[in-house]
Amino acid sequence: MAKTMNVLLAGFGGQGILFAGKTIAYSALMDGKELSWLPSYGPEMRGGTCNCSVVVSDEPIGSPLVTAPDVLVAMNLPSLDKFVNAVVPGGTILVDSSMINKKVERTDVNVYYVDATKIADENNMHSCAIIILIGKMFKELGFCSKEALDAGIRKCIPAKKAAMLDLNLKALEIGQNS
Amino acid sequence: MAVVFEKPKALSDVPFHYCPGCTHGIVHRLVAEVIDELGVEGQTVGVASVGCSVFAYNYFNCDMVQAAHGRAPAVATGLKRALPDNVIFTYQGDGDLAAIGMAETVHAATRGENITVIFINNAIYGMTGGQMAPTSLPGQVTQTSPYGRDVKYAGYPIRVCELLSTLSGTALAQRVTVDSVKNVNIAKKAIKKGFENQINKRGYSIIEVVSTCPTNWGLSPQEAIKWLRENMLEYYPLGVYKDVTAEGGDK
Amino acid sequence: MAEKVLMKGNEALAEAAIQCGCKHYFGYPITPQTEVAAYMSKRLPKEGGVFLQAESEIAAVNMVLGATSAGVRAMTSSSSPGISLKSEGVSYIGGSDLPALIINVQRGGPGLGGIQPSQSDYWQATKALGHGDFQLFVLAPSTIQEMVDFVSLAYEVGEKYRVPAMILSDGMLGQMMEPVEFPTKKDGGAEKPWATNGHQNKRKKNIINSLYIQPEELENLIRERYQRYEQIKANEQRAEEFMMEDAEYVVVAFGASSRVSRSAVMQARAEGIKAGLIRPITLWPFPEKFIKKSIPNTKKYLCVEMNMGQMVDDVKLVVNGEREVGFFGRTGGVIPTPAEVLDQIRKMAGKEN
Repeated sequence: MAKTMNVLLAGFGGQGILFAGKTIAYSALMDGKELSWLPSYGPEMRGGTCNCSVVVSDEPIGSPLVTAPDVLVAMNLPSLDKFVNAVVPGGTILVDSSMINKKVERTDVNVYYVDATKIADENNMHSCAIIILIGKMFKELGFCSKEALDAGIRKCIPAKKAAMLDLNLKALEIGQNS
Repeated sequence: MAVVFEKPKALSDVPFHYCPGCTHGIVHRLVAEVIDELGVEGQTVGVASVGCSVFAYNYFNCDMVQAAHGRAPAVATGLKRALPDNVIFTYQGDGDLAAIGMAETVHAATRGENITVIFINNAIYGMTGGQMAPTSLPGQVTQTSPYGRDVKYAGYPIRVCELLSTLSGTALAQRVTVDSVKNVNIAKKAIKKGFENQINKRGYSIIEVVSTCPTNWGLSPQEAIKWLRENMLEYYPLGVYKDVTAEGGDK
Repeated sequence: MAEKVLMKGNEALAEAAIQCGCKHYFGYPITPQTEVAAYMSKRLPKEGGVFLQAESEIAAVNMVLGATSAGVRAMTSSSSPGISLKSEGVSYIGGSDLPALIINVQRGGPGLGGIQPSQSDYWQATKALGHGDFQLFVLAPSTIQEMVDFVSLAYEVGEKYRVPAMILSDGMLGQMMEPVEFPTKKDGGAEKPWATNGHQNKRKKNIINSLYIQPEELENLIRERYQRYEQIKANEQRAEEFMMEDAEYVVVAFGASSRVSRSAVMQARAEGIKAGLIRPITLWPFPEKFIKKSIPNTKKYLCVEMNMGQMVDDVKLVVNGEREVGFFGRTGGVIPTPAEVLDQIRKMAGKEN
């Protein structure tokens, strides 16, 4: 069967969950892959729970709703608690350890802890914590080519917001080196 | 031989289905005369409503659309937005315009929708057989207010021109009647102004015609005119409630 | 070929409509379709078109009736509770033989229901979206590319047969993004000699009307309309067959639930179960031909829907007792998982774990 990567990103609204999902989606598009991006939607625009399913595959995608993620990016404790057991055995969990003061008990998954929010704050890139985690995810999983990742993030940020682009590229870099 | 009287060209050559003494026929003729005088029949699309005038699509020679009950202003909006250079008018009764279609009416007016609305107010639902209308007078006996409209229970009649005159999008709100030659002439001038406003892109124009319904009022045609003068005109005073073309002409 | 872009379903559909020459949009805010209106409000003024936020769903659909009467391609979109409000206007559009386009981005019902994706308006769309004897041409996209492609199909078929058309989408398709490409631009559609756009003293007057007081006249008109429906049934049935060559256990699912079912069918195949999927694309006309054709080789059918079992009735009507037709559904805004559907396929095939 075709190689498919199911990614679930979860956290609070306002943490850039949907944006991070878009960067993965656009990177996959740049690589010529099939993909889907599905946000949770609801009344909470800021501060409520928010998650985003991204599926990347070599074949047309069936269900775009990720219920058994290969990769979970958790940006707060409720999200980790909610989805930790849904991750497939052998899957990957990326944890923002500045936001989540808890270790994953499962031993059949690969877990990476990154002080993403703290690092982002130290580097004056408050909104980019999740992009640091995406950088880490890229380093560990290599889910697309380096060129596609760069091109993907450029697609997500309007040309007139060049400063934001620089910050996000830097956040990816930090993530890859962490 | 010199022609002294003829049917307006914008009116079809079919007999009206209206009851004796009903004023729909006069108003139809006035609308058709105005269309003729402005020479716009070819550009005009009329919107018939639900009520006694539902068959208006058979009576006018311009293109016609028949709308759902109360929705004529919305249908006219769709037509006008697609055909901004055409002339779009609706022809609506009091149940249609002031009850089920009040939302469409108020919003078309407040948008300044550039259409002309002919509003027949005869204080009763005619086609369904004489039920209480939003404009039925206090104490008026109808099929659904058999003991007379009790304002404690059924509330008060709506004065449409007064209400719409408060909206910035309204270009003309004028109440007329057709009980006499003098008033017919005033009514025609008002209708013409309503069409001219549209041609000059001034916004929403409504001409309310206080009308009779002898059949459902249970009166003869003459008695109906008398009842209109003595009762209707007191609650619904004739006049110009808003006219953006007249300086200080607002009532 | 055009470049693929990533777009939300709602926005892709709106862009497709504009590219099909739809310059008149009338709508009212409701989740989860609001992106259609927002996109139209941004783009249409730049295209010389009209975006109008109406005072109600009822007004919006009647504005569509008016604009369509004028001969232009017009559209409204809403989500389930709003579609109920539009049903009056849709009936008038059907009764007036107008080819308008109505979009339903379904959410859970009844009543205010929920805001998560649902398919519980299947009956409404295919059986009775308004009073009276009439039908809409109903298309059920399952990908964002189909959200794009079906807009022109809906206009073309609607104009050819003079029937209203509906794209029955759902909150999942409306909100999700996938790569799409847009076809090369098309014109504004067929000639419309019936339009009420002013006779210019050059033709007889046109009347757009749904009122016929004489019963025989109305009956004749409806019979004529039903002859057109028969043509649509004969010519316009569409469905996708997935892994059906040797399928013995057939899942029937449309739209969002068909995507979940596709995943489940692939997993069932990996387990050695001869599973297949028939995905109705036209919900009305229901793709009877495709179901009929599959009966001889099929042992059992399973309908998977995001409702309590609606399309399953149509499948049963076609199968007509010759095979067992099962049903699995989640409702209220819950999307079934491939694992749940796989379990059902295993049960159907007698291979329960």
